[in-house]
Formats: sequence, C-alpha cells, structure tokens
Amino acid sequence: MRRVNCGNAPQSRDGAIMQIQLNGEPHRLEPEATLATLIESLGLGGRRIAIEVNEEIVPRSLHAETPLSDGDRVEVVHAIGGG
Amino acid sequence: MSSAPHDSPLIVAGRRFASRLLVGTGKYRDFDETATAIEASGADVVTFAVRRTNLGQNPDEANLLDAIPPSRYTLLPNTAGCYTAKDAVRTCRLARELLDGHNLVKLEVLGDEKTLYPNVTETLAAAETLVNDGFDVMVYTSDDPIVAKELEKRGCCAVMPLGSLIGSGNGLLNPATLALILEHAEVPVLVDAGIGTASDAALAMEMGCDGVLMNSAIAHAKQPVLMASAMRKAIEAGREAFLAERMPRRASASPSSPFAGRINA
Repeated sequence: MRRVNCGNAPQSRDGAIMQIQLNGEPHRLEPEATLATLIESLGLGGRRIAIEVNEEIVPRSLHAETPLSDGDRVEVVHAIGGG
Repeated sequence: MSSAPHDSPLIVAGRRFASRLLVGTGKYRDFDETATAIEASGADVVTFAVRRTNLGQNPDEANLLDAIPPSRYTLLPNTAGCYTAKDAVRTCRLARELLDGHNLVKLEVLGDEKTLYPNVTETLAAAETLVNDGFDVMVYTSDDPIVAKELEKRGCCAVMPLGSLIGSGNGLLNPATLALILEHAEVPVLVDAGIGTASDAALAMEMGCDGVLMNSAIAHAKQPVLMASAMRKAIEAGREAFLAERMPRRASASPSSPFAGRINA
C-alpha cells in the first residue's frame, strides 16, 4: 500500500486517491467518498456503530452527506462486553 | 425482579429500577452465557464497553446488543480503558450516538493499568464536561468521601466507590470510608468493583448502599449463571436486612427461650 504522510498531505484534488486514518490505520478511498460509502464498503451498513471524524461525532442521519477528505481521522466503534 | 416488601425502587436520574444489582458483560465465554447469566441476575441495568470495530473481519459477527437488547435492558456504556478526561468524554459521546441519544453513562477514568484505580482529577474534569453536555453520569470513584461529595456537587447522578480494586474480588476493604460516603451522600451510592462473592454484595446492601455493580464476580465464577442467581438473592437479602434494621450487637448472651417455666427451676 502506498504510504502517505497524512498530516502534511494536500487536500484531495479531482481524480486523486485519498488516504484517511481509519481506526488508527491508513485506509485508501476513492475520490468523493462519503461516510456512507465508506461504511458500505466496509460491509457495516445497517450495523449498530458510531462514528467520529476528526474527534467529532457524525450522527447517523448525516453519514450520507458527510464527505471525507484526505488525512481525515475516522473512528468506527461498537459495543463489546465490559464491566 | 421482585422488590422487598415496602421497598422503593432504585431511582437514578429519574429512572426507576426494580433490581438493585447492576451487571457487566465482560469476561464471559460467549454471548449465550452472557445473556443467560444476566437473565439469572435479574439486573435491569447492564454495562458494556465501546471499542473500535474490527474492520474487514467477519461482517456477520454476533453483536453484543443482540444478546442484551436495548429494548429490554437499560444499557450503561462505560469509559473503561480511558486514562484522560478527554478520552472519557469522547467515549461517552460515541456511546450516546451508538444508543440513539441515550444519555446515561458510567464514567471511569483510570490512573494506571496495574491498579485500575480511578484518577480523580481527570474524573472530576470529565464529570463536569459530561454533565454540562447533558449526560446523566454515574461515576466510578475511590472510596474517598470528599471526592464523592465533589462529584455529587458537579451533578453526577450516582456515586460509585470501589469496594476494592477492579476485578480483584477482594470485597469491601474499607467499610468505614464507605459508611462515611453513605452518611453524607444525597445521590444514590453504589459499590462498583471488588465484589468477590455473595456475602460481599449483601454486606454492601446491609450498610445501606443503593445498589451494587459487578462483573467479574459473576463472569469469573466457575458457574456464572448460578453465581448470578446467588448475587440476585444476596442483593435482595442485604437490602431487606438494611430496611429491617438489624438488632443491636451485645457483648453478652441473651437467651431466646424464656427462663420462666424451666423443668429444673
């Protein structure tokens, strides 16, 4: 996988592949990806998850209209056993 | 989920719960065992953790919230694993999104991995931020009556001192400080952490605690479902004993059978 320094990466331009940090790992995205397309591509559509982009919650109702940009830090979380 | 005669339900932030036993979902063999044990415990409030989703692995993987449906239980997301106020606040906001706006959370901000002892300065800061952001905060804390009061002043809806270290099963190591917290608290006080067996839970309730939260004591018993049932009874027995008000202790004996009418008199 092509490595990009996310912190200094320029904003994606037309046709350029973007790279985000997804749960702490680099992840490549097609241009014009939204949160909704990312979730679908991960096979997580319809799952009970919550999402943060750059440390801000993005409500489920806004996933489809939230574009992703090069260097975005995305967290996808769910419920697990704990006390 | 029966209540003791004349008892009132546990009320936390305006929510009413018949059971005073709150349970976690960690450390079980599988979700079947989790669901069966929690059912046997009679608990209404069930805690869980928030973690990164494993991506690209088995999309059909079972979901904890299928075993513990939010329609049946009051879910209490925790901030376990957070060592800063900032991480704890982020985790609570993620949990609120995960549960469609449900705002009851268990705040815990830890000091180090060896003791999992609460970091009270970070806990106080997180509590203030969360309360201002509209959360109902049940807070795990040390068994320090001053800190408990400070958390209450910041608007926490329940204070949850440890009985002993998380996952240690050492019971109530300092009943005297727990008694001080109970004496001054104006919000529900629940023991959270350290319970090892049924008598520990009963003792907490006999002292007047409003409830007990536990995970390992059930999940790490050799027979978790049986222990869950034992804990349910211990909580109810302890609560009833508290309400009944125990007899005074005496230094000398006092016969239960009358002296009068003995055949050797």
